[in-house]
Amino acid sequence: MNPALPMTDLLFTAAKVAFAVFGVGLNIAGLLGWVERKQSAVMQDRIGANRASIFGIKILGLFHPIADAIKMLTKEDFVPKGATKGLHALAPMISLGCAMFCLAALPYGGVIEHGGRLWDLQPIALPMGVPLVLATLAFGVHGIVMAGYASGSNYGLLGALRGAAQMIAYEVCLASSLAGILFVYGTLDFSEAVLWQARHGVWGIVVQPLAFILFLTAGAAVTKRTPFDLPEGESEIVGYHVEYSGMKFGMFLMTDFFESIVICGIITALFLGGWTIPFLELNTMGILGGVLMVHSFVGKMLLLLFLLMQIRWTLPRFRFDQLLDLGWKNVLPLSLINFLVTAWVVYLWR
Amino acid sequence: MAITVKAVERPKRTFATEIYLVEVWKGLALTFRHLFVNLFRHTMTALRIGGYKAGAVTIQYPDDPAVLGKRARTRHRLLKRDDGAPRCTACLLCETICPAKCIRITAENAPDPKIEKRAKTFDIDLGMCVFCGYCVEACPVDAIHMDANQVELSSYDRQAMIWSMPELLGDAGKGLPKT
Repeated sequence: MNPALPMTDLLFTAAKVAFAVFGVGLNIAGLLGWVERKQSAVMQDRIGANRASIFGIKILGLFHPIADAIKMLTKEDFVPKGATKGLHALAPMISLGCAMFCLAALPYGGVIEHGGRLWDLQPIALPMGVPLVLATLAFGVHGIVMAGYASGSNYGLLGALRGAAQMIAYEVCLASSLAGILFVYGTLDFSEAVLWQARHGVWGIVVQPLAFILFLTAGAAVTKRTPFDLPEGESEIVGYHVEYSGMKFGMFLMTDFFESIVICGIITALFLGGWTIPFLELNTMGILGGVLMVHSFVGKMLLLLFLLMQIRWTLPRFRFDQLLDLGWKNVLPLSLINFLVTAWVVYLWR
Repeated sequence: MAITVKAVERPKRTFATEIYLVEVWKGLALTFRHLFVNLFRHTMTALRIGGYKAGAVTIQYPDDPAVLGKRARTRHRLLKRDDGAPRCTACLLCETICPAKCIRITAENAPDPKIEKRAKTFDIDLGMCVFCGYCVEACPVDAIHMDANQVELSSYDRQAMIWSMPELLGDAGKGLPKT
């Protein structure tokens, strides 16, 4: 095996990160704007946005995300008088940046062999992948709190406080619901977890169905979308981004989509077998295997996003006390019990 | 009559509702059913295969014509007698009952001795009209109806919102500005 040149490695890593953040992240997030409109419309017996056209071509309203982006970019970037300017500008960047970073640490594929060397398709491959992603995802709440604080608006601050309380409640559940399955896998590395599932020929959802449900619930809460959209609460307080306009608001909007993608990516990697396809040895199939890995991973992710979107348009918003009850009194104890039972079973099994 | 109280029984919170999951799944089943049925119908419509209902109830109004109910109250219309003269006897009942005060009538003597008066002018300011239909109810001679089935009445000019008697009778066309 040739010793890989550092320059090639660097370029390959940059390409992988660019693919993850721009190829997967921005494209799917843009598409989700369209899916959100159309899926909700179809399930409510409506048609949905279908007017944006380029030279009379409409293709089911697919140009609406582009129209959105153009509108966001050309809108006045308004900063209110009482706002703390620096923090006001920094907040959306922190929010979006954290979500973007998480995308780069997901395992889009495993290790394939091509041209006499091994290529790892995971953009940022770390032995501490899972806690890193969870921590970065949790760090995103700083952006929200900062936005609410810097806006100089009571409604923004209310939204930010709700956001902070919700994040604390659900980040704990997020990590603790994963504790059991990570205990089974015996690793904190995404690709190791995927390989465990491939080796044992069983998906994590079968091993830990309760953890899957709990993580999905906590994950939906982390994305700050209905039924957990308390920090935004469009109909009561507009939320932490009430004083934002233009692309800064757009960045908060994108953050929700990015976080949805990240949550779905984590679920795919840990519960749905990641990039594996049953009965196929993708590692030994060279370039084709790599392409199939990425497609398999992104495909599973899209299915989960479809489910999350359906949940978002089916359930009404929780009341604040119900939200905290669900987090602290139901999801957290259940996930801890799940972890303890798993620990005992694994101990007795060996 | 004594006041009666109807006790509304709270829905029972069973274990199934307490853990949310069953109820969430019921809700999802409903929305998923709608989603897939509508997607199927949309596909059939797009493929021009008939025999299926439309996937959406949306009426794309400016492209498709507006659908008005049979009893919809639309633009006013003044009716004529058999001999072509307006039925209105300028009794001012409609002007009196109008809550929006959008009707202005000036009366004059009618040439027919059996009819006391007739309207000289009869203006309705549709910019003020609330389409309550009281004028139709009040009219003793059935001279005014709200069944012209015209709802696109907007104008860039307040003056153009006032309809005069010939226009309401249908004798003169209203030059509505084209949008």
